[in-house]
Parts: sequence; C-alpha cells; structure tokens
Amino acid sequence: MDLNHYLELFIEESKEHLQTINDELLKLEAEPENLTVIQEIFRSAHTLKGMAGSMGFEDLASLTHQMENVLDMLRNAKLKITSEIMDCIFQCVDLIETMVDSIEQGGDGKADVSEVVMKLELIQDPSRAGHLNPINREAAATQKLLVDEYQLSVIDEAKKTGNHLYQMTITLDEKCIMKSVRAYMVFQAAEEFGEIIQTQPAVDQIEEENFEQSFTLLLLSESGIQDIQKQLLNISEVKEVIVIEKTTQELEKNRKSAARDEGNPTQSNNNSSGEKKKPRSKSIRVDIDKLDQLMNLFSELIIDRGRLEQISRSSQILELSETVEHMTRISTDLQGLILNMRMVPVEQVFNRFPRMVRDLAKELDKKVHLSVAGEETELDRTVIDEIGDPLVHLLRNALDHGLETTEERIAAGKPEEGNVLLKAYTSGNHVFIEVADDGKGINRDKVLHKGLERGIVSQEEAKKLTDQQVYSLIFSSGFSTADTISDISGRGVGLDVVKTKIESLGGSIMIQSTPGKGSIFRIQLPLTLSIILSMLVKVEEETYAIPFSSIVEITKITKEQIATIHGQKVIQFRGQVVPLVFLKEIFHVPSVENHFAGEGLFIVIVKRGEQTAGLVVDSVLGQQEVVLKSLGGYLNNIYAISGATILGNGEVALIIDSNQFIQ
Amino acid sequence: MDMLKIVAFKIGNEEYGFDINQVQSIERIQPITRVPNAPAFVKGVMNLRGNVTPIIDLSKKLNLGETQFTESTRIIMTRLEEIELGWIVDKTSDCLDVPQEALETVSSTVLNREYFSSIAKYEGRLIILLKLEELMKPEIT
Repeated sequence: MDLNHYLELFIEESKEHLQTINDELLKLEAEPENLTVIQEIFRSAHTLKGMAGSMGFEDLASLTHQMENVLDMLRNAKLKITSEIMDCIFQCVDLIETMVDSIEQGGDGKADVSEVVMKLELIQDPSRAGHLNPINREAAATQKLLVDEYQLSVIDEAKKTGNHLYQMTITLDEKCIMKSVRAYMVFQAAEEFGEIIQTQPAVDQIEEENFEQSFTLLLLSESGIQDIQKQLLNISEVKEVIVIEKTTQELEKNRKSAARDEGNPTQSNNNSSGEKKKPRSKSIRVDIDKLDQLMNLFSELIIDRGRLEQISRSSQILELSETVEHMTRISTDLQGLILNMRMVPVEQVFNRFPRMVRDLAKELDKKVHLSVAGEETELDRTVIDEIGDPLVHLLRNALDHGLETTEERIAAGKPEEGNVLLKAYTSGNHVFIEVADDGKGINRDKVLHKGLERGIVSQEEAKKLTDQQVYSLIFSSGFSTADTISDISGRGVGLDVVKTKIESLGGSIMIQSTPGKGSIFRIQLPLTLSIILSMLVKVEEETYAIPFSSIVEITKITKEQIATIHGQKVIQFRGQVVPLVFLKEIFHVPSVENHFAGEGLFIVIVKRGEQTAGLVVDSVLGQQEVVLKSLGGYLNNIYAISGATILGNGEVALIIDSNQFIQ
Repeated sequence: MDMLKIVAFKIGNEEYGFDINQVQSIERIQPITRVPNAPAFVKGVMNLRGNVTPIIDLSKKLNLGETQFTESTRIIMTRLEEIELGWIVDKTSDCLDVPQEALETVSSTVLNREYFSSIAKYEGRLIILLKLEELMKPEIT
C-alpha cells in the first residue's frame, strides 16, 4: 500500500487531534470530574492510534495505545485523576507532538517512547511495573461464525451472482504489537476483494485487541482462494491465512446451534467505518500559490469591472447597466469568498498558548492566568504561519521578565496570580495583537543603563531618548536585562528576533509600560493582499488612493482657515486642532502648468488611534475598491506608501499609508 | 560550445547587454506612475499584465543622464530571485550568441564600475555586459 499521499492528511489530522487533546486536557485539569471531557480526549486518542497504526508509525501507535489505556481507566472511574497522571499525559502528548513533527519534516517518527510508556503502565497497574501486555480480557475462543437471517439472504443473493463465500482464519505474528492495526489492514485488503459479512470476534472486539493471535472472517468475493491468500499474506506480520470455501448449509447449521446458545452475542459486521463518522466539515487542501493566482486573476476582473461600470454610466444603456450591476453584486460575493479563503482566524495560533503558558508557569513557579481575546480575528494565511514564533517569544518574555514572582507580587500588594492578556483586534487596515501583563513593567533606568553598558546608545543620545525609544532598546540584538540568564528567556536573542520577524511581515511593534502596573507589547500587522475600499484623490496630475478605513471625514476649507502653530500648519476642525500634511510637498509632486488653483482646499482627515491629521489634496475623485498590490521586493520602505493598485484605465495609483504621517 | 546568449541594447551610442536568462520580456513604454521619495533612478511603477513593476532608468542608474523617451525607447523586464524589474533603454538591438573567448574581463584600470561584468567583442561591436545583481543592490544613501 502506498501511503505517501495519505501522509499529509495524516499529519494534518493528527495535529487537529493533538490540539483537541491539549485543549480538553486543560479543561480536564480545571474540572477533573467532567466525564464528557475524558470521553472527548479518549476519542481523539483512539483515532490517533488508529491512524498512526495504519500509517505504520509503530512507536507512535504504541504510545497512543498506552495513553488510551490510561484514559480508558479514567473514563471508567478505575483511576482517579492526580496531577501526576495529568503531567504524565501531558508529557505523552508532547512526545506524540514531537513525533508528528518529525514525520512532517520527513523523519520516520521514531522516538524513544519506553520511558513514558513505562510511566503510563505504572499508572495503570502500580503493582506490575514493566509488564508489556495490556490486560487481556477473556479472548473469544469459538471459531464458529454466526450469521443471522439477513446475512444469510445476502449470501444467497451474492452466490447467485457468482460470488464465493470464504471463511478465512488469519493468524498474526506473535511479535506483532499493534494487532488491531494489522487486523484493520487485513480488513482493508479483504474488502478489496469483496464484502466482509461477519467476523469472529466482532469488529469492535478486534479493534480493542480482544483476541489472541488469530481471528476469522467471512468474505463474499468473486476472486479465487489463492489470490486472496496471496494478497493477505503480503501484509506484514501476518503469519498465516487459511481460506476455506463455505456453503450456506454449513452456516445454517451453525446458526441453529447458536440459537440455543443464547449467551453468545451475535454482532453484525463491519462497524469499523462507523468509528470514523465524526461531524467534521469536509475540506480539501489547496496550494497557497493557487489561491494567489486566483486572487490575481480576480483582481484583473475587478479592474475590468471598474472599467465596465464607467462605460455603462456614460453610455446609459439600461440593459448594459443592469448586467453590470448584477456582475458587480456577484463579484462582490466572489471577492468576499476569495479573501475569506486566505484568511484564517488567529485562533489557530492562539490555541496552543494556554498549554504553553501552563507549562511555563509551572516551570517558573509562578501563578499565571492567561486570558485570550479576539481569537476570531482573521489574518492572511501567510501572516498566520509566521506570527507564531514571535508571539511565543513575547509570551515567554511576559511570563519570565514581566511578571514578578509570587512573593514579590504579595509584597507589592497585588493578587498572587499574575495576568497575561493575549488580544487580537482589527483597526483600520491593520490587525493588532497585544501581549499584556500586569507585572512590574519595564524599568526605564535599568534598560538605559544596560543600553549604555552594551554600547547600543551613547551618553548624549541617552539623554534625549523618549520612554518609547528607551523601551525599544530591548529589541536591539544582544540585549537582556534579566540579571540571571534563564532557560526560558533572557539570552538576549528573543526580542530582536521578534522585531525582525514582525518587520519582515510589514508590521511594527510598540511597547507601552507603566512601572509597577505592567507592560503591553503591541504588534501591528498589515492585512496583506487584500481588496480595500479607498478614496481616490488627485494631487496635481497624480492619483493616489487613501484607504477608507483610516479616513474620518473629508472637508473643504478656505486658505484663510489655516493657522500656524510652531511652524506647523493646522486647522481647527470640530473643536480639534488638526495638523495638515501637504501631500504635494511630502511627495514632491511636480507642478503642472495651467493648473487651475481652486478656491478652497480639500482636506482628507485621517486617524491613527486617537490622533488625526489632515491630508491636503487638490481634488477628490470618489471611492473605489482597489486591489492592494505590493511594489515588489525592490521598492520597499517607501515613505508613506503602503502599496499600489491598478486603476480602471490600467494605470497604477499608489496607496497612501496615512499612519506614517501621525507619529 | 560555451556560448553566452545576451540581449543587446543601446543607451545613447553605447551598447550594453543582459544575460538572456535574466530577461523576461521587452516592452513598449506604458504610462509610468512616479513613486515619491524613491531613489532618483527609479522612474516609477508600471502595470505589467496585472503586476505592479518598478521601472528603472538604466541610463540614470549608470550616471549617463536621464533617458528622453522616443519611439524606440523600450523597457527590458528582468527577473532575479523573485524580483521583477523593468529597465528603460534607448533602443533594443538584438539577441546575440557570444562565444566565451570573445568576452574580455573589465580591467579595473579602464572601467572600475562594479556594474560591468565583461565586454563582449562581437563582429566589431563592443557590448558591455551588465551585472544585474549589482545593479539591483540598494544604494547606500
């Protein structure tokens, strides 16, 4: 069996299950009596085991198997949850995670599981350490296969169409550890030939490995004995396959004798497929490149749509404008869909943090409560993939450096438990992710001192630095204010990596800190590759687009309304003093002769957080949906330009990043 | 055997060339949008089949003065390490197969420009081969 093309699916699903297990384990820790939670964990562990087994990852399968046994005992109240058991299961999950990662990276997923397996066994049976076999319940001994009325009729029907009925006894190798998995593979192979009518012991028993070395099944098939035998023997660890052709009469006899023996339950066949029926939405995996292509093609369509709209407006043909309107509606939906496909909720990244924080808090011996907010905030997939590591660094930093020790907290009159808040939200065309703690805050003098010591700033510079600038020193490479180097953070490598990463994503990072109250690390990320509603404005002969999300209002003023404060031109607008930004000057727009100087000035008021600024433009063309395109790798960091877009006439207009005007 | 395929073009009266492996296409001049606060040799950006592509005035980049657009002005599109750029040239001449022997390394005494890789002598013509990777390096300002 070639399993390679199932591998990706396997990895994906394993990760999903691991995530579920992790989540539920945390829940379980909070409420150890909750049986449904254990059930959930058990189910995921069971599926995981099955998948690992069928993919041939023996270590992984045997580990999950032991874990499952423990969970089973917990489920049946044969064991009580203790923190030791929890730790052991967590350890087990970590190991599984490492193995899955290794498989993902092309490894063989092998790892030394014996230690954890031992621990798990000890939990199961403290008296009998080291014994490998799981408790074998009374194995079914009878070799007689029992069929019911319905199955008999199926067999009769099948015989008429040229099928043979075979009774097969399959014996597995003694050394086979994952018997259920081999059995499963046998089933799969057998099903290639025909239909499995009945098994002995029943399928669910086989799955739980409640059989010795062999099991029997009834198969309806058109193939010959030899073919089947050969195929089944190909499965590794199958020792022997005996195939006998059966007649209905023999079965009939069996059935009658069984009728008297009421204690023997008859189980219908093949509910192994029922095991997989989990309510999960169907999905396919699509290459990101393909989505990019789709997006590119779609943006071409948007450009054409813009052109069509123009034509229909000017030509005033009713039929045309109706069609264009319809097309507009459809393409709007389509656009939402395409963008959506690329957007992933940050939850995907966030949901591994509760677990991490728990472990870290234990390690640091601090009491920490992590609250997560805004996990539904969506980000472009490419950004999601990259944002995990920086956030890990920031969280570690918050726990290790931000929060005080329990004693310190009590001394400072704070609640024992430290709070860390992880929050995501959208504002304008940016997504913000904050990591806030209520710890001791950043010590300005200490940071400055360190900065001087490490030669990152000079004495003269140091005097002029604002708080914000001082804080950002901790992002310099080779900087660490922790007095002792700890395992978790404090090697002075973390934070500068964070900054570099965020910046490579086109984002920025800011620190807010109040001594004694805590600090907030705020990451600002662009919503890359998206279609944004923007206002097209003209400055002389050049057209620029200003994203709608940052615009507050557009107003027209006369030149007399402009005042000057300390050399800065400002206007008063709705009781606020708004500084003016003359795009013509900032962008050095060449003057066009015969340019008609209007009476007033158009001011586009933009905001960033609480602050505002007024962008002075010559005229306002109107709003339009534009496709944000990057200027390419060559032109990066152009001041106040976040990208470009293609207008209806095919020309390129630059998109203004008004955030940069407001510092 | 060792032939180098080059795309030859003219800037003023001088002939230059790019390695053909780096050239994507040759385009006519289309409307170019100026990018404010970009280096002076960046003419702007252009819509090339849906992609916004930076366009560079090669003549200005080589300190030969600004290109005046004429009927024969073309843009040579290049691609290097995922970055696509357009280079404005006065005129494209042709594609040539130049044998390795006809290439002469630029002696540092005559032309010490880091942008030149070698000079090809081909049927009496002198073609200066440009190093795209050097041309694309950001200038330290």
